[in-house]
Amino acid sequence: MTGKDNDKSFIEVRELSKHFGEFVAVDAVNLRIERGELFSILGGSGCGKTTLLRMLAGFETPTSGRIFLDGVDITDQPPYERPVNMMFQSYAVFPHMTVEQNVSYGLQKERMPRNEIASRVGEMLALVKLEDYASRKPDQLSGGQRQRVALARALVKKPKVLLLDEPLAALDRKLREHTQFELMNIQDELGITFVVVTHDQEEAMILSNRIAVMEQGRFEQIGTPKEVYEFPCNRFVADFIGTINTFEGVVQTSGEGEITVASDECGHSLRAYCDTPPRNGSDICLAVRPEKIYISQTEPDNDEDSCLRGVIEDFGYFGNLSLYRIRLETGKVVQVSAQNRRRSTERFLEWDDQVFISWRPRSAVVLEN
Amino acid sequence: MSAVTSRRGDIWQRFAVAIPYLWLLIFFLAPFAIILKISVADPIMAQPPFTPAFSDAGGLQISADNYVFLLTDKLYAITYLKSVLMALSATALCLLLGFPIAYGIARAESGTRNILLLLIVLPFWISFLLRVYAWMGLLNNYGVINNLLMWLGITEQPIPMMYTDFAIYIGLVYSYLPFMILPLYATLERMNLDLVEAAQDLGATSSRAFWDITWPLARPGVIAGSLLVFIPATGEYVIPYLLGGPESLLIGRVLFDEFFVNRDWPLAAAVAIVLVVLVVIPIVLLQRYQAKAAEQTA
Repeated sequence: MTGKDNDKSFIEVRELSKHFGEFVAVDAVNLRIERGELFSILGGSGCGKTTLLRMLAGFETPTSGRIFLDGVDITDQPPYERPVNMMFQSYAVFPHMTVEQNVSYGLQKERMPRNEIASRVGEMLALVKLEDYASRKPDQLSGGQRQRVALARALVKKPKVLLLDEPLAALDRKLREHTQFELMNIQDELGITFVVVTHDQEEAMILSNRIAVMEQGRFEQIGTPKEVYEFPCNRFVADFIGTINTFEGVVQTSGEGEITVASDECGHSLRAYCDTPPRNGSDICLAVRPEKIYISQTEPDNDEDSCLRGVIEDFGYFGNLSLYRIRLETGKVVQVSAQNRRRSTERFLEWDDQVFISWRPRSAVVLEN
Repeated sequence: MSAVTSRRGDIWQRFAVAIPYLWLLIFFLAPFAIILKISVADPIMAQPPFTPAFSDAGGLQISADNYVFLLTDKLYAITYLKSVLMALSATALCLLLGFPIAYGIARAESGTRNILLLLIVLPFWISFLLRVYAWMGLLNNYGVINNLLMWLGITEQPIPMMYTDFAIYIGLVYSYLPFMILPLYATLERMNLDLVEAAQDLGATSSRAFWDITWPLARPGVIAGSLLVFIPATGEYVIPYLLGGPESLLIGRVLFDEFFVNRDWPLAAAVAIVLVVLVVIPIVLLQRYQAKAAEQTA
């Protein structure tokens, strides 16, 4: 690390844009990623996340802006010169080569001596648990195995950064869960910086140290999974990550970090806390996650909490938890989730039951319009 | 009741499977057997102009005289060789031209792609024979090309192109190029572009990635296209007859002459059999090699 500027980030993207004709895929984004981080870029289809990843790999030339890696400007380097490797969404395992040939391909292009290639490839195959499959062709492998070939092939060159395009999208649920943790372990073991592109918020939450939520070519929020989930900075992020109930309202009184919001939607005044309270009379939105809301058949005797009355319109049983849709007197429908703590064949709540829902004022997120 | 219908279904299913075999039997194997039989007969002045396989006495009367003649007469060996070499060169030229075209079409946007494919197939709407005649009008000493060259002042005298090997190559490549492009297009279009990018990502330059990834994966298309060009080009008759000179004696021409001019049906049949063997042997060897290669990797 000698001679390197320590305040500089490992990956730095400066004012990076990509236009396809009239269409702006990536719009002057800035991004700093630290060494050894597992960073996710999360967004819906067409938000520009894949274009950004392809610019990092060198497959797309930016319209403007620069990319720095470890202090070096790599913006104009072709893909084959960048110390960056990519795992493709389709895995792109070479169908005419064996597993071993696939993994050794990158090292052969480096003109590494044969015996060194053999030992490195052996190491990598052991890491992804494919030692016994070295001489197989890709069409003799399962989807999960092909994915691991792609991973080993991308890691064998010991890149500074590994780019992963929707790494788990093609796997079935059980395998995904297993692979998620395996990816994290491998990343931990090798200390390589991972940049993951995904549309799956669950995948991003579990995998990453930090997430960048992207929409229409721009970052809406960059933060830890907890930050983007518990403290979304705007409606888009709140809505995109998980489910959330929103109550439109007008700020009535705003004191020291505490506000009261008159919400016609729920026919009540609601209390909430925020660091920089908005002005009195401004339109805001209170957002509450379904799992932050308690559901009870008797009125809770805690006047601190925001409490509303409604009837159960619909509910779904998921085994570990139940989801309720509750219609308030004003007609607004609120989603509440509750853990099924008790083991019983009888249902706790039924359709059309009168219930009270409540949450702590600190559970509500204040989103300004 | 259901047993009956299922058995009937069974028969239809078997029939459906048998159709390609029946087709080959009736339109390939049976004619081939007849030609084979004629090739071991002797020519006579009669109708048909060859000796029957069994004499009136009932004895088998066949001979390998025609084959011995073909192998001993240098003219035939040279003609065969020239035909095969010319077909090989034409195949190579078609591959050289066809690959970039097929690659371009496969990478074009889907709207343009269909138009381009249509343009490739469009010449088939006009008879093959007419298209070869059209080339005569183009290649003539006072044809379109020479007139243009002289008008531009590039040449004083017309450049002789008609009745040369050059004209035959033009005809062969022009006529058979679509048969090279279409199978190549089919394999290239199916190819996952991520593979090429993955190779580049792993350190291969664009040209290296082409030779490491695109080319080997396009091989089935290259083989199919090459066979579709090579086989008909070897026995081609019309193109050398119309565009080639008297010295470009190719095996198709020899076959025609033996049959219609000399009325030596048995010798013509032997020429045809040797031609089939010459074309079939490389294909069989190629297939065996491929099967072996597949076995080794498995």
